[in-house]
Amino acid sequence: MSDQAVNRGRRRFLVSATTVVGAVGVVGIATPFLASWQPSARARAAGAPVTADISRLAPGQQMTIEWRGKPVWVVRRTPEMIADIRAIPPAELQDPESLRPQQPPYVDAVLRSIKPEYVVLVGICTHLGCSPGYRPEIGAADLGADWPGGYLCACHGSKFDLAGRVFTGVPAPSNLEVPPHRYESEQVLVVGVDEEAA
Amino acid sequence: MGNPNRAKAPRGIMRWIDDRLPATQFLQDHLTGYYAPKNFNFFYFFGSLALLVLVNQILTGIWLTMSYTPSAEEAFASIEYIMRDVEYGWLIRYMHSTGASAFFVVIYLHMFRGLLYGSYRAPRELVWIFGMCIYLALMAEAFMGYLLPWGQMSYWGAQVIISLFTAIPVIGADLAQMIRGDYLISGITLNRFFALHVIALPLVIVGLVVLHLVALHEVGSNNPDGIEIKDRKDEAGQPLDGIPFHPYYTVKDLVGVGVFLFVFCAVIFYFPEGGGYFLETPNFEPANSLKTPEHIAPVWYFTPFYAMLRAVNYPLFGVDAKFWGVVVMGLAIAILFVLPWLDRSAVRSIRYKGWLSRIAIVIFVVSFVTLGVLGVMPPTQERTIIAQLATVAYFAFFILMPLYTRFETTRAVPDRVTGR
Amino acid sequence: MSALMGGSREWLKRGLAAGLLAVVSLMGSGMVSAASSAVPLETMEPDLHDQPSLQRGMQLYTNYCLGCHSLQYQRYSRAAEDLGMPEDLVEQYLILSPALKINDTMRTGMQKDDAAGWFGTPPPDLSLEARLRGTDWIYTYLKSFYRDASRPWGVNNAVFPQVGMPHVLESLQGVQEKVCGQSDLAVAGAEIDPDTGRYASCDILEITQPGSMTAGEFDQAMWDLTNFLAYVGEPSRLKAESMAPKVLIFILIFTLLAYLLKKEYWRDIH
Repeated sequence: MSDQAVNRGRRRFLVSATTVVGAVGVVGIATPFLASWQPSARARAAGAPVTADISRLAPGQQMTIEWRGKPVWVVRRTPEMIADIRAIPPAELQDPESLRPQQPPYVDAVLRSIKPEYVVLVGICTHLGCSPGYRPEIGAADLGADWPGGYLCACHGSKFDLAGRVFTGVPAPSNLEVPPHRYESEQVLVVGVDEEAA
Repeated sequence: MGNPNRAKAPRGIMRWIDDRLPATQFLQDHLTGYYAPKNFNFFYFFGSLALLVLVNQILTGIWLTMSYTPSAEEAFASIEYIMRDVEYGWLIRYMHSTGASAFFVVIYLHMFRGLLYGSYRAPRELVWIFGMCIYLALMAEAFMGYLLPWGQMSYWGAQVIISLFTAIPVIGADLAQMIRGDYLISGITLNRFFALHVIALPLVIVGLVVLHLVALHEVGSNNPDGIEIKDRKDEAGQPLDGIPFHPYYTVKDLVGVGVFLFVFCAVIFYFPEGGGYFLETPNFEPANSLKTPEHIAPVWYFTPFYAMLRAVNYPLFGVDAKFWGVVVMGLAIAILFVLPWLDRSAVRSIRYKGWLSRIAIVIFVVSFVTLGVLGVMPPTQERTIIAQLATVAYFAFFILMPLYTRFETTRAVPDRVTGR
Repeated sequence: MSALMGGSREWLKRGLAAGLLAVVSLMGSGMVSAASSAVPLETMEPDLHDQPSLQRGMQLYTNYCLGCHSLQYQRYSRAAEDLGMPEDLVEQYLILSPALKINDTMRTGMQKDDAAGWFGTPPPDLSLEARLRGTDWIYTYLKSFYRDASRPWGVNNAVFPQVGMPHVLESLQGVQEKVCGQSDLAVAGAEIDPDTGRYASCDILEITQPGSMTAGEFDQAMWDLTNFLAYVGEPSRLKAESMAPKVLIFILIFTLLAYLLKKEYWRDIH
């Protein structure tokens, strides 16, 4: 008999209202738990921009600096190297014009650097995260006579040119990442800060 | 009154699952088809709240282990790292530390409910004993967790409690050393307490909770009148005074959850230190094995037993007071296990017991709370005497129970549950 | 029957209430005796919303305290954000050590062993001092240094007797000495004079040579410094208190809905 007295509409409304508010509550509770997975203040402090003195880098040499625990390469390219990079036929490269967002917008599309001479690259292969080796020697024996100089990832054989552009026919899907960077002066490079922020 | 859980033949995915796993059957056995007495009162919120707090402790605990470092050198700093550097780490940590105290508030009220309404009486002895095992495991869990922040109070509290084992004749000193794994409490102790706190004891507690609930659902819930609702059934074979747990008690418990969360969050956001009772002041200083804080007291939920330990201050039968103190403390907990066999009353609930039982339960509560209060205060001569009296009263409540429950005049128990 | 039962239930409740009341009063009396310290402490209730005060406090701290006392868990960047200061100004004016950057914690350059040699005990880190000792203690301590020729640094402290720390703020406060006289503030072991309502004692601290600040300015400065330490003790407090009302109101709405839902369903039950 009491079933007749049940106000179905009111009951249904209260059930959905409580459910909706409860669901919002669950999302609210989940938020701090998920947010706590973001890099902590300590991680962010360790990942702060790093400054490097590039004055002693000789032409053709590479130096490695650590930023956010990752190797960042700075290569001082010789005019010949730059000419070689420009001479690589686009067909041999997966993304010759750097169309994919692997670099900040203020670098050159082909040389992938602010100044043609210095290129700054995150030294992590875009395939599965190994760190490729610097192989500037043209026509290296193990890489074939047409090797224009660049990087070889020992893990799975991915190859990149001296601008970090990936060659075709290798497992890596995209060019090496160019980190945000700027020049504090002629000789001082800051990695981790965008040029605009200067 | 009809059951709003209309029996529907499951279809689609549910049917597929049911053919392989008794999911619908399980929900029916424990929620929609589990009949609970309709006269549950305020005290009956605390069972489901205990479950809520357990989930809170497990979740926040998992998250804390993600940033905590269990080593003597870094434990204290890693807590401050959580409090300051981890996004919302402070909230998760306060949820855990406040949750520990909330757990005991809820559990003590839950146990008191059982005591009031005779929920430990046959056929619910195992429900009570599993519950007591949970309480014991919870005390171990809380004690080991308290060492992890590696503050002064963590350290010296653990020092005192582990030293209790040295009171055991012959093997005591070796046993304490084995528990510590070192000649003093050190990083070794911290590491093993961490392992027990985050893995071993939570597994034990969850297992015991399952047993507690399975046993409860086998015999059915007691109620404030202490009468068996299964004795009076309708034509369909359902208890006349019973209502399906879902939806009636799920919606009712939601209200309890709301009120509880309000109080819980108010503490977390405004008084996370709980006036020095939830987070004790000396714990804001890293552990120092060469300097004891001026006044050390265990966290509030242990203090009744701690006060009993201190109250025993004279030797007996040629054995020193320290030993008897530990014995008294152990017995104070152990005696709760045999409670189902101490109560000889013809009725379950305090509502129908005689005056002696009523007076006894008042004396019990007052002595337990008095001991709890004395346990946080430094001892003085008068306080020790009060603690001794309260300890005697505590034990008298149990030891005399077979007498006063059997010989007092009880009231007539109604056939059906009264009121709500 | 039901009246009788109601009566007896009432009795049970009253018995419990009376017993618990007695216990609570016992607790109250116990707490007072436990809290009484050797020297009466002045009250200092921190105000974490007073950003100018916190900023002045931080400035005092970095100039006078940070040389010896680190705040090893407090990052400059976090303080800049919470106290409303631009990071470049913090870098310019508040980070005095060239080795430290904005994201670093407020460390000190002093070696622990050196410090132990100079002061007898290494100066403690003060990140959690406000939570450990309380703001009343810090505030009173900072104001309670006095000249005492028997001590290695020539000063002692009424709140922390035989303290190993020199009075680094003496140039601000001036020279304070213990004198005989009367004081409006409570003094340990002193009787209140029934005629004047003041305390007579020979433990009264008095400025005998003025410093660069007036007494009022110095009190304010110490208040700011204590306020800053209160902030450092628990930087999440501001966030917690801004979140709290939203969360609590949300829970209230949920509880209200749950209550209406419960009422609705329980109309079935007779």
